[in-house]
Amino acid sequence: MMKQDLIVYLGVLILALVFYFVITEPVVFSPTVSLILIGIIGLVLLYILIKTIRGQVFGRRTVFLFVGIAVVLPFFMSIRQDIKLSPEVEELYNAVMALQPGSKVLVSLDYDPPSAPELQPMAESFFLLCFRRDLKVIVMGLWPQGPQQAELAIQKILDRPEMASRNIRYGIDYVNLGFQTGNEFVIQRMGGSFRSMFSTDYYGTPYDSLPLVRNITNFNNIDFSFNLSAGYPGTIEWVQVAVDRYGVKLGAGNTAVQAPQVYPYLRAGQLTGLLGGLNGAAEFEKVTGVLGKGTKFMVSQSFSHVIVIAFIIIGNVAYFMGRKQETKKKQ
Amino acid sequence: MRREIPLIITAVVGFVYVIQYFIPHYPFNNLNGWFSDWFSIIGACAIWLGALNLMRISFDKVYKKRRDWGYSIIIILSFALIVVIGFGGGRDFRDLGTNFDWLYRFIYTPLSATMFALLAFFVASASYRAFRARNLEASLLLVAAFFVMIGRVPVGDALVTKVAGLISLPIPDAVLPSKIATWIMNYINAAGQRAIMIGIALGIVSTSLRVILGIERAHLGGE
Repeated sequence: MMKQDLIVYLGVLILALVFYFVITEPVVFSPTVSLILIGIIGLVLLYILIKTIRGQVFGRRTVFLFVGIAVVLPFFMSIRQDIKLSPEVEELYNAVMALQPGSKVLVSLDYDPPSAPELQPMAESFFLLCFRRDLKVIVMGLWPQGPQQAELAIQKILDRPEMASRNIRYGIDYVNLGFQTGNEFVIQRMGGSFRSMFSTDYYGTPYDSLPLVRNITNFNNIDFSFNLSAGYPGTIEWVQVAVDRYGVKLGAGNTAVQAPQVYPYLRAGQLTGLLGGLNGAAEFEKVTGVLGKGTKFMVSQSFSHVIVIAFIIIGNVAYFMGRKQETKKKQ
Repeated sequence: MRREIPLIITAVVGFVYVIQYFIPHYPFNNLNGWFSDWFSIIGACAIWLGALNLMRISFDKVYKKRRDWGYSIIIILSFALIVVIGFGGGRDFRDLGTNFDWLYRFIYTPLSATMFALLAFFVASASYRAFRARNLEASLLLVAAFFVMIGRVPVGDALVTKVAGLISLPIPDAVLPSKIATWIMNYINAAGQRAIMIGIALGIVSTSLRVILGIERAHLGGE
């Protein structure tokens, strides 16, 4: 078993090296070629459907192959999608736009790299919007890797040419308080005193030496809060402690898996806006006017959703054909 | 005493946390602060305990040459590498451009994202095999899943509009897949989630009370 695994890993490594050294220029198919490829995939799916009706059952490897194609192929296609704004994304955007310049925004990044493809574009768009609006950003994390993800996102935003003229300074315009262990207890203690939970920032600078947070005691000094979450602790804990107990105004960005769980809070008004999954990230990118990875990856997501739906239909056809044959046999 | 002391600690901490929620004044606010500090200290120690336990299990696996012991060697080497580079980098080990940052960005991030991405393949395979219209409930779930999946991506609306345009059929905004998906999320999903959350909350309350009152002792290794 291990020998087989090693052969597969070696194959992947060789493929990666070929892509890195041989295909040095990015490959982009024209819209016509892209449409032809989509047509071919559609025809193959139709062929699978016909074969299924005739009684042939396709295994999971076929599904894996099609999902792989659906995810990878769009990266080489020049296809654009019309992304529409949902009410929950619009609500979050309006809430940020309603803040006065100089308002203090607390951003908690409660996720790690596995969820970064969905949540990192949200973080980047949110930081960009905050810096453009001259909002003061305080970053923290209830997950160990959260503040590190924040550093990557902020650095990417600060590298943009438009940010150079704004002269955004650490400690004055934004602060990274880092990670603190304790899950919802951290939020609860922050309700009494931020200083008690974050005696130093991410870089070890004492709390009182940071001009931005020096006068911030608790949630009463925060104008808006935004949480990016991939699980526990995350948005649900922020709502239950920060919103319900301390009256914090909170917006959230969640992975597509977690988003359905927080809809009750959105409907109850405990959440001010929600970015759900990659679609939420793409919508927020659209509304902020800077298209990034969220928008780019949405094509792959659209393709894979269509492929999954196609295979669900094929699976149901196979199920009904099987039942029909069983009934015939019984008769 | 080995059982009584943990039970007393659990009861005192549990009651203080409940009381301080309703009476956030002295002495409960102070007690709450102390206990929260202890929670953080225990949490920090647990991280070390977890790491050391992982090493112990991995070394044991390699020593006894259990199944797939080769992967345990990779775990040990990776752990050693990241610990040495992390501690070797001093206080600023996480700064952009450091060796630790390089490992984080170009090894840890892609590897963990790959693990998460595998979910797409399993979800697709599971949907293909399990999403069957066996009865009314399953059919309703199937229809809801169909609209959520197609409505949560822009291609859904585009397809419906395109097909409707081809046969010159006027499509009202309310029946676009994105609108139907939003409706399902806001009403049907929210109602279901509320029911689940209320159930979970009641379960947590009853279990917490059992733990605080010392009726439930499973966490102490008892019955």
